[in-house]
Amino acid sequence: MKWGVLQFPGSCDERDALNACRIAEASLGEGGGSGGSRLVWHEETDLSGLDGIVVPGGFSYGDYLRAGAIARFSPAMNAVAEFAAGGGPVLGICNGFQVLCESGLLPGALLTNERTRFICRQGDLIVGDADSPFLSELEAGTTISIPFKHQSGRFFAPPELLEEIEANNQVAFRYAPGHNPNGSLNDIAGVTNQAGNVLGLMPHPEHAVEEFSGSTDGLALFRGPALAGANA
Amino acid sequence: MIQALVLIRPKEGILDAQGKAVEGALPALGFEGIEHVRVGRIVELKAENADRLEELCEKLLANPLIEDYEIETISE
Repeated sequence: MKWGVLQFPGSCDERDALNACRIAEASLGEGGGSGGSRLVWHEETDLSGLDGIVVPGGFSYGDYLRAGAIARFSPAMNAVAEFAAGGGPVLGICNGFQVLCESGLLPGALLTNERTRFICRQGDLIVGDADSPFLSELEAGTTISIPFKHQSGRFFAPPELLEEIEANNQVAFRYAPGHNPNGSLNDIAGVTNQAGNVLGLMPHPEHAVEEFSGSTDGLALFRGPALAGANA
Repeated sequence: MIQALVLIRPKEGILDAQGKAVEGALPALGFEGIEHVRVGRIVELKAENADRLEELCEKLLANPLIEDYEIETISE
């Protein structure tokens, strides 16, 4: 499975995300980890040949105005919207989650953390019951431990939308009890679109794919789509 | 050209963490009796006409899910 990892001016986690994609490929015996996954510059519009997209963390376009608000209008994001509409798997991490919400590919919005502080620590997430290729290796109700690092991660949706997200089983991850670091509604750490092929989360699975980092729990998200046979 | 001011603020009912932090600093500075502090932003712009300002606010300047906006035309 060939991944494209978007790179905006101001992205900072794209190389870790690409590394995670390659480790996932290698773990699945695909091309020894050099099977063609690559960075996609924000001005590119041709995603042909790619089977999955990661919108990575960072501060796209400086996060001026609102986190993710300007990145949404980049040429690459138009291509990602088409890719997602065709059923292709799209993973948004942290700032990538904010970009996907701003672009309307995912429901809700991310507000400044309740206590306004930047958070940077390891924490626990409970896998939700969303039906998504990214979760094919993760069982609902189990716990994974990956890094949290963000300042605008408070998930918000108006009451009707929140009900809809819950009723449609679009919650991908919740913060474990006592681990909600930012005041997110319903402890929501990650959601999917209705089809399940687009998933966004604030915490960072790409920083938890190798033993030295203390957890490899994040790798499952990068292995999921290939295992689900969800190639676009 | 017209000149416009767009005032954007967090929707009522949404916890405004920035406003709360400002409010929290007031007693230490000796400001008593001030509450409900909310922090938004103002965007100044010049446009050939006001036709698409609403759309501009909906699509970019504000996120209608979490923010309200008001457009004020200050000079024609």
